[in-house]
Amino acid sequence: MTKDIENTLEIKNGQAVNLSEIPVLEYQEFHALVLDLLQAEDVHCVNYYAFPHNDILRFICCLADDRTQGIYLLSHIMATGGGLLKLESLTKYIDALHIYEREIWENFGIEFEGHPWLKPVRFPHDRYNGDLKVNDYPFYKVESEELHEVGVGPIHAGVIEPGHFRFTCNGEMVLHLEIQLGWQHRGVERLLLEKPKLLQRTILAESIAGDTTIGHTLAFARVMEGLSGISVNSRLDAERAIALELERIAIHTGDISALCTDVAYQLGTAVFGALRTPLINYTQDWCGNRFGKGLIRTGGSHYSLTDELIQRLRNLLDDFEWRFKEMADKAYSLVSVENRFDEIGTVTNRQAKLIGTVGMAARMSGVKRDIRHSHPFASFSDIPYSPVILEKGDVYARYYLRRLEIEESINYIRKVLDNKRYFLSEATSPVPETNLNLSPVSISVSMVEGWRGEICHCAVTDEQGKIIHYKVKDPSMHNWKALELSLRDLEISDFPINNKSYNLSYCGYDL
Amino acid sequence: MIKETQILTHHGRQYIPDLTKARVPAPFRGRPVISSAEVDDKALMELCPTGAISKNPVSINLGRCLLCGECELAFPEKIKFTNDHIMATNDSKRLVVREGEDKRILLNPDMIREDIKQIFNRSLKLRQISAAGDNSCELELGACGNPNFDMGRFGLEFVASPRHADGIVITGPISENMAEAVQICNAAVPSPKIVVLCGVDAISGGIFAGSQALNREFLQEVQIDLYVPGNPPHPLTFINGILELTRVKFLIQ
Repeated sequence: MTKDIENTLEIKNGQAVNLSEIPVLEYQEFHALVLDLLQAEDVHCVNYYAFPHNDILRFICCLADDRTQGIYLLSHIMATGGGLLKLESLTKYIDALHIYEREIWENFGIEFEGHPWLKPVRFPHDRYNGDLKVNDYPFYKVESEELHEVGVGPIHAGVIEPGHFRFTCNGEMVLHLEIQLGWQHRGVERLLLEKPKLLQRTILAESIAGDTTIGHTLAFARVMEGLSGISVNSRLDAERAIALELERIAIHTGDISALCTDVAYQLGTAVFGALRTPLINYTQDWCGNRFGKGLIRTGGSHYSLTDELIQRLRNLLDDFEWRFKEMADKAYSLVSVENRFDEIGTVTNRQAKLIGTVGMAARMSGVKRDIRHSHPFASFSDIPYSPVILEKGDVYARYYLRRLEIEESINYIRKVLDNKRYFLSEATSPVPETNLNLSPVSISVSMVEGWRGEICHCAVTDEQGKIIHYKVKDPSMHNWKALELSLRDLEISDFPINNKSYNLSYCGYDL
Repeated sequence: MIKETQILTHHGRQYIPDLTKARVPAPFRGRPVISSAEVDDKALMELCPTGAISKNPVSINLGRCLLCGECELAFPEKIKFTNDHIMATNDSKRLVVREGEDKRILLNPDMIREDIKQIFNRSLKLRQISAAGDNSCELELGACGNPNFDMGRFGLEFVASPRHADGIVITGPISENMAEAVQICNAAVPSPKIVVLCGVDAISGGIFAGSQALNREFLQEVQIDLYVPGNPPHPLTFINGILELTRVKFLIQ
């Protein structure tokens, strides 16, 4: 193990380092080392990508170690141009890496030998093989006279984002669900390089997934702060953590409402739905936008929490808490609701680990994975957060986890507000930066636990300090696979509650 | 049952009684006003992330403006975003707010097709298409039907099938990958029908304008009946825009 780690570079969440400090390994050595490091339960891959620079394709792998709060960076390179490029697959040994290798294959045409299924990820406009279009994607087929297929999408029967779900069914039972995405692709990663201004890039980060504005923009701001050597004061850290937890509480509450809708529990739909409104209206009162657009900026904030806003936040949480509890006590003890959620769409602990779920989709199945706890950022390093872990991995677990996380987040915000060091001082948040001097030939990795789970952003700069690669990873990259598994051997009519219980991002995945 | 009644009592009446008179409190950023103060025009234009600001006279195009408010923060003497959420219009020229102007952005009655008011005055069913939207517009459109805004009271509703719809509402900048689906969906809506562009991404591409991953050709082929600015538009902006478009009696003063 010690020798292994010598061949990697260990950094902390949000840290930037010179690219030359990352050891460049032979692929064989890289392959063996990744497999070896991932033997440990507490190590998982948070990003693995490639980018072209000076005729060389450089691969960066980021493995997060929950024991040390460290992120190991490993690298290998490949000459581009000429000939079919082949590498031995890592997915062959570790299923959770399937998505990263598929992405690299889709972008650069690298064949990963032994990968079980090099299936397109999102049909990006700059993909290696432009011939195959998203609308012509050949879905997995099972030939049998007994079976039929149900295709849904890209446009769904609701005010939601587009994607295609293909069910292979035996009567009412789902044998297999395949999800293909890509319809939402806007070219975010490319635009992050092409649009030169910091403000443009910040707004792009806000738009990666508009329902996770705070989560993604915070990950972006911390990458930029890492690369430009800015350290923010604890007041700003505290405000960021509050914004992140408010986003979590609001979305979780809305999701509980939506789950009630799908089992026709109208009282729950109406009351939880109405409870979300004052939360997002508070965010609007704070920064002028119900989703927090404008709130998170690099190096500072335009909207420091005033004493009046702090008092209103306390009142809001007090009021929300008893109303939420009153409704939840009912909604979580109704037999008719429980009966629809219990033991439906189970993803076992073993499956969750195999496919590498993150965030809620991990914690529902007993996988303790929470960046706030394992790689703390903002005020989470000062005031620890203890993750909520459930075991069953069914719809009920996802429904119940939201309730518990809401309660934890309320407690957490109160702890932050009560911390005299942050809020009784005169200090306010600094003014945001407008121009940054990014350190040349550097890389920064930033992770944030958004409400869906682990968000990871990486940026790489060239000799002039210009960003040459920006990599975004939304937690949905891992978790869509969990939805597919949930549907196995389930009635197709249970799809909506399963889909709602995950509430994954299409645009965060499609970028 | 007693418990439920208690919850309902505590829940109270959530609906906003008159949606046309409701106000969104500051610091909500709605329609901007531009003063005649002298500022460095070039720096002001340079600041805007989507090039929504132009000069001679200084003006802001709400079809491009993300309402990020950064220009107001940098030039408070020049630009002020009011909390006026009434911004939807059918006339793209009215999306441009010029220096010295401070009047509500309303629809141009001369440009509303006659059949719209005849047919959709009492009921309008819409098929929403997310064409690479970031899910904030979608959430706000979803909120239009919630107990607060309850647009259902006006016969306004989102429906699942384009066959049941009287028009489409597009959110998002329209990605290349969604281009065909948008065409097919619109073609499936029986005529007469309307097309609404909801949010700055749909109107101009927003921050994604110029991306090679977009294909906005569809917009050349259809007449746009309503532009709803915002990033995302507030539910009240959307609902009031639709009401102004379809009601025989104008509601907003």
